[in-house]
Amino acid sequence: MMSTSYIDRPNHPLYVYALLYLALLYIPVLVLPLFSFNDSIYIAFPLKGFTTEWYQQMVKNEPMLAAFMNSVKVAAATSVFATALGIFAAKAVTRYRMPGRGPVVGFIMLPLVIPGIVFGVALLILMSRLGIPLSLYTVTLGHIIICVPFAIATLIPRFVGFDKSLEEASADLGENMWWTFWRVTFPLIIPGVVASLLLCFTVSFDEFIMAFFLSGTKPTLPIYIWGQLRFPIKLPGVLALGTIILSVSFFVVFFAQWLRNRGIQTNAVGGV
Amino acid sequence: MFLRSETLRGYTLLSPTLIVMVAGICLPFAILVTMSFWTQHAFDFDTTFTFANYVKAADQPVYEALLKRSILIAGGCMIATVLLAYPMAYYVAFHVHSHKLIWIILMTLPFWTSYLLRVFAWKAILGYNGVINSGLKSLGLIDQPLAFLLYSPTAVVITLVHAWAAFAILPIFVSLEKIDRSLLEAATDLGDGPVARFLRVTLPLSLPGVIAAMLLIFIPTVGDYITPTLLGGPDGYMLANIIQAQFGRVNDWPMGAALAIAMMITVAIFSFVFMFLTRTVTGRIK
Repeated sequence: MMSTSYIDRPNHPLYVYALLYLALLYIPVLVLPLFSFNDSIYIAFPLKGFTTEWYQQMVKNEPMLAAFMNSVKVAAATSVFATALGIFAAKAVTRYRMPGRGPVVGFIMLPLVIPGIVFGVALLILMSRLGIPLSLYTVTLGHIIICVPFAIATLIPRFVGFDKSLEEASADLGENMWWTFWRVTFPLIIPGVVASLLLCFTVSFDEFIMAFFLSGTKPTLPIYIWGQLRFPIKLPGVLALGTIILSVSFFVVFFAQWLRNRGIQTNAVGGV
Repeated sequence: MFLRSETLRGYTLLSPTLIVMVAGICLPFAILVTMSFWTQHAFDFDTTFTFANYVKAADQPVYEALLKRSILIAGGCMIATVLLAYPMAYYVAFHVHSHKLIWIILMTLPFWTSYLLRVFAWKAILGYNGVINSGLKSLGLIDQPLAFLLYSPTAVVITLVHAWAAFAILPIFVSLEKIDRSLLEAATDLGDGPVARFLRVTLPLSLPGVIAAMLLIFIPTVGDYITPTLLGGPDGYMLANIIQAQFGRVNDWPMGAALAIAMMITVAIFSFVFMFLTRTVTGRIK
C-alpha cells in the first residue's frame, strides 16, 4: 500500500526513447573516429579501407603540435588561476554571513550568460585601447574570466558538504588561518579542486570564440583547426586530431564528473 | 561588532576574486559601450559622441533581418531542445533507480567535448557528399544528393539542438528530481490517472527547470558564430557573423560594438521575461 510502484513502474516506451536519445547524442560524435581510420580524403560512404596514415601524418605536423602546446599552456594557466580564485570565493560565500552575497555571486556568475562573441569583442577593444598586444596571455586572461564561474559552481558543493566544526576545532587547537586551511580544509576539498582544475582545463582547451578574437600570431588548437577546415585535403588530419581530443576529453571529463559527484547526492548535480 | 567583522572577513577573502571579475567584466563592457558611440576613420577612431551607429543599425533592414533570424533560430532551437530533452530527463528522474549518476554523466559528457569538433562532425554528416547523402546513395535509396541538408537554417537548428542538449536536460532533471513523490501519490489517491497527474502535478512543478533550460539555451545560441559560419550558408547567417565582420574585413569597430550591444540588449530582454515567468510560476506553486 505504501509502495510507490504505480508511479515508478517500468515505462517501456520511455526507456526506448531514452536509449534512442542517448544514441543520437553520441552517433554524430562517433563519425570522427570512424572516418579517421578510413583510407580516403572524403568523409563519405562507402568506407574504403583501414589506414593509420592520418595519425602518422599528424605526429609529423609541426604547426599543429605547436598549436597543441599553446593550448596546453593556456589551459594549464587558466585552470590554476581560475580554481585558486574559485577557492577564495567558494570559501567566503559558504563560511561567512555576508550581506549582499546573492547579488555579488550573481555578478561573478555573469560570464555564463554573456554571449561569447560579445565578451570576445569587448575584451579585444579593451586590449587594443590599452595598447596590450594580443598574445597567449590575453587569451588566458579571457579564459580565466569565463572559467571562474565554473570553478565556483564546482567548489561550493564541496565546501557545503563538510562539517564547519572541523575548521573550528583546528582553530581552537591553536592553528592559524593558513595552517587550518592547508591541514584541514584543503585535504577535505581536494576532490572538488581536482574536478575544478580538470573542468577549467577542458573549457579553456576547447574554447574558440574568445581565442578567435584575442589570440595574436600564435594560434591555440581550436583556432588552428578552424584554419584547416577550409582545405578539404586537410580534413582527414582534422579527423585524426579530433578523435584524439575527443577520446582524451571524454576520459578527463568522466573522471572529473565522477570526482565532483562522489559523496554528493545526485540531486545536487545540476549546478553546472 | 562581531557581525561586522565577520562580514569584513568574508569580503576580504572574496576580494581577490571579486577584483578580478569586476575588472574583467566592467572594464571591457565600459569600453564597448563607449566605442559604440564613436566613428571609424580608416585605422583610427573619431571619438566625438554620436548615435550614428545605432541609427544606422535601426535604419538598414539587413541588421533587423539578421537580428530577427538570430532570434527565430535561437527560439526554434530552444523549443526543440526542451521538447526533446523533457522525456529523457523525466525518464532518468522517475524510472532510473540504480546508477543514476552514470546516466547523468552519459547525458552530459558530449557537452564537455570540443564544440568546434561536434559542429564539424555535423558538417561532415549533412554535407552534399556527406555521411547521410553518401550513405543513402550507396544503399540505393536516392540518386541525387539531398541538397537541403547543408547550408540552411535547418542545418543550423539541428546542430544547435544536438550541441546544447545538456543545457536542457540538467535543469529539467533537477526540477523533476525535487518533486515530492507523495504529491504524486496524493494525486493518484484522489483519482487522477497518469495523464491528469502529469498535467496537474508533475508538469507545473517542473516548469522552473523548463524555463531555466530555455534561457540557458537561448543565450549561447542567439550569439553563436561557429555553427552559422560552418553550416548556415548565406541563408543561415546570424547576427554574430556580421559582428565578427565589423572587426574583420569590414573594419568598423564602433559599428561592431553597437551591434554587440544590440545583441546584449536582446539577451537582457529575454532574460528579464524568463525571470519574470519563473517568479510567476514559482509564486503560484507556493
